[in-house]
Amino acid sequence: MANFRTCPDTGFKIDLQADKLIKWNAVTAVVFLLVGGLFGLLVALTRWPAVHLLDADLFYLALTAHGLDVLLVWIIFFEMALLYFTSAILLNSRLAMPKVGWLGYVLMLVGALITNVAVLQGNSTVMFTSYVPLQAEPHFYLGIILFAVGALLGCAVFFGTLYIAKKERTYEGSIPLVTFGAMTAAIIAVFTIATGAVILIPTMLWSMDIGLIDRVDGLVYRIVWWGMGHSSQQINVAAQIACWYAIAAILFGAKPLSEKVSRTAFLMYILFLQLASAHHLLVDPGLSSEYKIFNTSYALYLAVLGSMIHGLTVPGAIEAAQRKKGFNNGLFEWLAKAPWGNPVFSGMALSVVLFGFLGGITGVIMGTEQLNIIMHNTMYVPGHFHGTVVVGTTLAFMAISYWIVPTLWQKEMVMPGLAKWQPYLFGLGMGAAAIFMMGAGTLGVPRRHWDIAFADSAIGHVFPEAANLMMGLAGVSAVVGSLGALIFILNMVGTILWGKAKVPAPASAEPTPAETPSAATSYGGAGTMAVPGTFVLAMVFLTTFVLYYFVNWKYLAGVWGLS
Amino acid sequence: MSADSSGNIPFMQRLLDSPFVLLALGVLVPTVIYTVWGVVEALSIPMAP
Repeated sequence: MANFRTCPDTGFKIDLQADKLIKWNAVTAVVFLLVGGLFGLLVALTRWPAVHLLDADLFYLALTAHGLDVLLVWIIFFEMALLYFTSAILLNSRLAMPKVGWLGYVLMLVGALITNVAVLQGNSTVMFTSYVPLQAEPHFYLGIILFAVGALLGCAVFFGTLYIAKKERTYEGSIPLVTFGAMTAAIIAVFTIATGAVILIPTMLWSMDIGLIDRVDGLVYRIVWWGMGHSSQQINVAAQIACWYAIAAILFGAKPLSEKVSRTAFLMYILFLQLASAHHLLVDPGLSSEYKIFNTSYALYLAVLGSMIHGLTVPGAIEAAQRKKGFNNGLFEWLAKAPWGNPVFSGMALSVVLFGFLGGITGVIMGTEQLNIIMHNTMYVPGHFHGTVVVGTTLAFMAISYWIVPTLWQKEMVMPGLAKWQPYLFGLGMGAAAIFMMGAGTLGVPRRHWDIAFADSAIGHVFPEAANLMMGLAGVSAVVGSLGALIFILNMVGTILWGKAKVPAPASAEPTPAETPSAATSYGGAGTMAVPGTFVLAMVFLTTFVLYYFVNWKYLAGVWGLS
Repeated sequence: MSADSSGNIPFMQRLLDSPFVLLALGVLVPTVIYTVWGVVEALSIPMAP
């Protein structure tokens, strides 16, 4: 028998088990963001040539831990919280199989701890990718497998809740778009986890050296591993876009311009987004151009189309809602009058812009087989994924946390003044770090390398001075971004532990269960396409996209002196 | 959910309202196009003598 409480702010009916699972998953996520972020800071301070903090062994250890803790653990714990929120709470339903949800949480936590211990013991410095024949200790793989099984159980709880909510008619018509976006993330997660099991279980048996598996083929490993490794980041994309729609609905009462079009865009993700994994294989011999190009271009472009639809409809939905409230002057009054001092909005807005310009465009460039050759395995690659996972996903998750934490915990934010600045500090700091990393990559600086001066190498290489400047600026920017991350973590932890309880509004002044959350909990579009400001912004984006695409072809032409 | 004048729910609407069909498609399509195709190509490479 499920027990519920009613949220005084939103009127949501909240299953108490879902409430607890959301809180535990979100808090655990933030703890691992702290751990993974600290490792990331150590990596940044080592790749900053003037600082060069860690020795080689510690650098690769920190890089391994950083990748695992932020690319998998922080993100997926937070996504579990989102799955429970967007199913049980937004659908007004009880949570399916809460004990399975708790089992999933425990497996994820134990798995994450085991893998972290394995890395810290020093014999599993194999990077996030753990390419064979690099071999880690068996418990390194075991921890990731346990973590993945736990996440799979979380997905099962999510789908079970969708089933229950439909059966018990807790909502009218179709599920709301925010829940549909979370469902997209959960579907990609199932593919991701299944693929991970297919490759990590035999790799663990190989590492145990018990005679069951003598070798793992390097190319097969890379193909199947990236089915997990890159798809795990596509879970993020779907989840962060669900957050964008949720925030637009919560803050502005915004409905998507066309719910059908937005849902079709998510369908493009479900079918094709995972195929982006192939861009990691674009310079691998042995795979045909047909395979590479079909996966990374023809099919993936349908998913890119989906992203561009979301990039248009999220600001479009906000513009439509703002114009409805009377902000009709000129092209951009709706945007100028948006709550830029509210971190929920500013974090989301920066996430949309930075993800589109930094992560999105560069992803398409790298997914083009011919262009990929000029930046493959350079610093351009971490530049790209800091443009997606950090200033896209992480910033979106931070933004929605500024709403979820005070709402679910019913606490006042402990540092509201700093919270106003935090998205700018983190977003612009890490956005600049991503740009400088891409700049260094364009100059040929390799990713992952401890020392680009090659001081102890028999054959040296001298990069242009500009490359050192780029790496230095990336280091400075990463420090600024890390400060932003630290402020976020302190604010969240401080609010949960020491925040003042919210004072309930007097009965007479209590708002009617709000119109704004109802935009997140119901199906339906805004019913207008009159969003001229958004179309102007979209044209700016498209022009940038086209110009940058051709700049890279020009750059490629310069690499090969054919004339 | 919306139906047309004859009361039929359009195919796309029914598809998008079917989480488990979408789940099956979302696992099947990338498994075939990305994983199986890639692994078959990799395993088709002749071993060096």
